[in-house]
Amino acid sequence: MSILVNSDTRVLVQGITGRDGSFHAKGMLDYGTRVVGGVTPGKGGEQVHGVPVFNTVKEAVSATGANATVIYVPAKFAPAAMREAMDAAIPLIVTITEGVPTLDMMDIYHEVRARGLRMIGPNCPGVITPGQCKIGIMPGHIHKPGRVGVISRSGTLTYEIVYALTNLGVGQSTCIGIGGDPIVGSGPMDLLPLFEADSGTDAIVLVGEIGGDEEERTAAFIREHIKKPVFAFIVGHTAPEGKRMGHAGAIVSGGAGTAASKLKAFSHAGVPVANTIDELAEMVAAAMRR
Amino acid sequence: MKIHEYQGKELFRRYGIRAQDGEVAETPEAVARIAESFGRTVVVKAQVHAGGRGKAGGVKLAKSPEEAAQKASAILGMNIKGSRVRKVLVADAVDIAREVYLAIILDRSARGILFMASAEGGMEIEELAVTAPEKIHRFHALSREFPEAEASRVAPLLFGPEQAATVLDIMRKLFRMFIELDCSLVEINPLVLTPGGEIIAVDGKVNFDDNALFRHPDVEALRDLAEENANEVEAKARGLSYVELEGDIGCMVNGAGLAMATMDMIKLFGGRPANFLDVGGSSNPDKVVHAFRIILSRPGIKAVLINIFGGITRCDDIAQGILEAFQRMSIDIPVVVRLTGTNAAEGLALLEGSSLIPAATFADAVKKVIEAAGGPNVEDEA
Repeated sequence: MSILVNSDTRVLVQGITGRDGSFHAKGMLDYGTRVVGGVTPGKGGEQVHGVPVFNTVKEAVSATGANATVIYVPAKFAPAAMREAMDAAIPLIVTITEGVPTLDMMDIYHEVRARGLRMIGPNCPGVITPGQCKIGIMPGHIHKPGRVGVISRSGTLTYEIVYALTNLGVGQSTCIGIGGDPIVGSGPMDLLPLFEADSGTDAIVLVGEIGGDEEERTAAFIREHIKKPVFAFIVGHTAPEGKRMGHAGAIVSGGAGTAASKLKAFSHAGVPVANTIDELAEMVAAAMRR
Repeated sequence: MKIHEYQGKELFRRYGIRAQDGEVAETPEAVARIAESFGRTVVVKAQVHAGGRGKAGGVKLAKSPEEAAQKASAILGMNIKGSRVRKVLVADAVDIAREVYLAIILDRSARGILFMASAEGGMEIEELAVTAPEKIHRFHALSREFPEAEASRVAPLLFGPEQAATVLDIMRKLFRMFIELDCSLVEINPLVLTPGGEIIAVDGKVNFDDNALFRHPDVEALRDLAEENANEVEAKARGLSYVELEGDIGCMVNGAGLAMATMDMIKLFGGRPANFLDVGGSSNPDKVVHAFRIILSRPGIKAVLINIFGGITRCDDIAQGILEAFQRMSIDIPVVVRLTGTNAAEGLALLEGSSLIPAATFADAVKKVIEAAGGPNVEDEA
């Protein structure tokens, strides 16, 4: 079992003829993901790695029955690509693109919810259910099928953690990189209940970083709603204040946003927080042996 | 991206918000001429991005052109939180009957836009948020539509009902500016009511969403590179992400999260990270060379840690990049390299015989780099 994606997921690649889109479509195909079509306006009728290309998302969906899409188009065009996917009512939209304007994401965040769809990203590595379906840019081979769910705001740090888990023999049910932008389609509080309800997940790893108050609110949410064990890791203890979070963030959250504040919130909610990646992997491995 | 007060005020005026009159100058002579043209008391204000310039002595009243020039020569060249003052704003000293606070901010937790207003203007809002949070009125817009009802409720709470229409109009214009220019913060503090009943923005702060700058070349043109860290600017131009810290161990990492984790780990083990540097996913030797140049441009760097997780990027490609970088520049401090993931063994094999210090694990790499930099810091506070 898993959440969001599995071996039945039929994936479209928006921007498949671009350099990144084509490269990662190949990586997804090699992993065994059912990539059923690509979309690039004006390139309909072509093929990329044997995958048919369509001019519009709607055409692609009606021809292939796709139920997920991944967006690799440049930031300038990404909001339009996300809207096109929403208009075609694709239930899962994964946006890899980095650099989408925040106000555009504000609009899209609320629209995607109003339509009952789900978005992961932007500025994220994607979603993977090991052994079944990889949507995004993560290296597939470091993953291993298993029973630990992973939710993270980061890319390579997530790979590092997954790799440490795999090396200790701890497999993953599904790993989600939610994205590092101020506004992303799905946050930990959207995804934790899915893992809680998934019979294939026994424990959850949550990787957070400085900025905003998502982790603080997530900690409170876990205490109320999540019974499965959650293990956390926070980065940015050494980040200078004000460098990444602007003046505004500091006011809005009133003391929240620092790594120390997040750590405190998790401890208060009874969520163990590891000091190092190795320690995190060992904590999870020990819990899984029990 | 941040801009100066005088630039923010120009934007306020462009959106029809009355702002304190003033002109920017770079010499005491120019300041005197501007003060002369006002013909009355002026205020000379340091133009730096850093906050707290008032407390640092960067804002002074002057009753005559001579006094203005004198105050300006003290302020120009002053160092405020690491920024050297190059420009001052010479502004008409506004008579204040009352002052309030008004701001519009990107609020990530609400996935929207937050309005904050308070009848207690002039003081630092962070301070007010701690001492009297109930005095800050807050409401949201979750779309590009102005929140008319909420704004109408709050507008009379600032200067009273007789000024409510003017305040509401300012809120509307400020919101339009926020949306049209892709701001992340617009703040008027204080917004002043004069004894004559006029409402004037006397100080302001405007920040922009970096992700949206591509569609605002006019805003990008307001960037003051002198205010930004030269190394950080250089890094950005090279496609690297770099932030300076105060330590002595340089870091070169792929991925922002892993870069932060690396800094944290160095600190945890008793070392002092000198920087955050994300080289991105590329194994391009040029990037590695630029990264080295930037890291080593600062005095006092004792060792460098390269921490790479090979995912899509292969570690042997990265190793090749590092070796090329070493051929192209002379590096005479210890460099510890840890490669993990795709083709890590091949990558480490390539580095054999070089002066680089290989490390098998993240923890091992951090210990080695701290040793190379002179050992852990016992008095470290963390």
